[in-house]
Amino acid sequence: MSEIPVTAQPYPDPYGHALAPDAGARPVVAFRGVSIAFAGPPVLEDISFSVAPGETRIVLGPAGVGKSVLLKLVNGLLRPDEGSILLFGEEIAHMPEEMLFPLRTRTGMVFQEGALFDSLNVRDNVAYQLIQEGVSDDEIDRRVREALRFVELEETFDLFPGSLSGGMKRRVAIARALIRQPELLLYDSPTGGLDPVTSTTIIELIVKERDFYGTPSILVTHRLQDAFTLCTHRFDAELGRMVPLPEGHTDPSTTFLVLEEGRLIFDGSLDNLLRSRNEFVREFLQ
Amino acid sequence: MAINTIENTAKQLVLTVQDYSLFAWRAFLNLWSPPRYWQDILVQSDIIGAGSTSIVLLSGFFTGGVLALQSAATLSQFGATAVTGRFVGITMIRELGPVLTGIMVAGRNASSMASELGSMVVTEQIDAMRALGVDPIRKLVTPRIFACISMLFFLTIVADAFGILGGGFVTVFMNHQDGTQYFSMAWEHLRYPDIIQGLVKPLFSGFIIASIGCFYGLRTTGGTEGVGRSTIQAVVYASVLIIVVDFLNTQVLLTLFPSP
Repeated sequence: MSEIPVTAQPYPDPYGHALAPDAGARPVVAFRGVSIAFAGPPVLEDISFSVAPGETRIVLGPAGVGKSVLLKLVNGLLRPDEGSILLFGEEIAHMPEEMLFPLRTRTGMVFQEGALFDSLNVRDNVAYQLIQEGVSDDEIDRRVREALRFVELEETFDLFPGSLSGGMKRRVAIARALIRQPELLLYDSPTGGLDPVTSTTIIELIVKERDFYGTPSILVTHRLQDAFTLCTHRFDAELGRMVPLPEGHTDPSTTFLVLEEGRLIFDGSLDNLLRSRNEFVREFLQ
Repeated sequence: MAINTIENTAKQLVLTVQDYSLFAWRAFLNLWSPPRYWQDILVQSDIIGAGSTSIVLLSGFFTGGVLALQSAATLSQFGATAVTGRFVGITMIRELGPVLTGIMVAGRNASSMASELGSMVVTEQIDAMRALGVDPIRKLVTPRIFACISMLFFLTIVADAFGILGGGFVTVFMNHQDGTQYFSMAWEHLRYPDIIQGLVKPLFSGFIIASIGCFYGLRTTGGTEGVGRSTIQAVVYASVLIIVVDFLNTQVLLTLFPSP
């Protein structure tokens, strides 16, 4: 784990959120000694970390290292073979599926390819949870438009996923994850397979969400530039776009986890990551 | 080596049966507790019921026709062609109507359920549904089971009616026999136990078609190739199971309602 003290300066939060995650507060997510295997060697082994309120954790690692599996363990889509997982203070490792559904409604998840329901239009995709809850049509339309406006895709309201580009699908998926203002956001490689310009648009939305709502989140990626952009930029509401933080400043609420062959080999800030002497981390960063 | 293979296959089989039993039981229990997705039940009823009517109607009509052709040829050797109506009516209502309808609907709907749900699995739509706090078994499986049971019941009645009609058509226009005699023989020798037997079977078949189709769909692994594999498995196992359960049902129902 990290040995070098943090030296980068935290940047003052223009939206009034906590400058850094409150270490004393109850974690939103806590993994303790979690392991999982699928008919073979362990995919994840003895993983322990936590996510504090307001904290954004970026999970880095090469493809196939178990990043998506880790994310699916957080909201109980997969169950660990060993260890304990606390979500909003409740142990979910062995919780019956029926009891997990209410907990999952408090989280938002963005899947690798968006995972939009292809038989439903954008409006019904974004409003999926609200429709299940029996919210009125007028209220649904209002909230869907609001969520689509956040991802700057209001014009897609009536379209079907088949007619959207890859980047648009991810943005709609972000709108779907945000519509109920979740208490935790999970992003599974949100920029995977996208061109650099579209990737930046997606990262900008994630920065906007982080700085606007301060929702704790876990983001899985193997793209270093996305991870660094998240850590070194903030959303400027006046300009309506993402801007870089001053030289030497990083976002104090954004920290890193690095996985290597199913093991967590790093847990700390960007500054610690850049100073890490771990051979794999150094190689990965290069 | 061979013993290990047999052991692994047996374990796999037992595990699949156990998984299916738990899955089917959970889907069945969902019928009796909220939330119930009535709109999905209606949509699925339309897809399964209205969508399968033409194939059931045609297969029923021609099966009745073939029965009349075959039975008349045999019965004429004993000078008993007059009982063709009775033979066709009872065979269609007790056995061929329910079984053929079940197999036709399995071919059309178990495959579509397996491929639809399988595609949703490989594109992570099922995981997305779970992540949004919605139970896929309650939302996707239970409405299909309820719709399939109820629609197969009515489709069997349609198949029975058109089977008898097909037999009548062959009797009158091809065998040149008396139509009134055919229909009166079919009607007069029909007893309530025959009808009960014919209408109990589709309840089981409907459950088998939807539960097997959804079970294999939701177990899909291995991308688009896996979807194809699940579709084949769903149709094969649903069809075989319909015939096996039909055999068991017939045994039980003949014990409960013995022939006079």
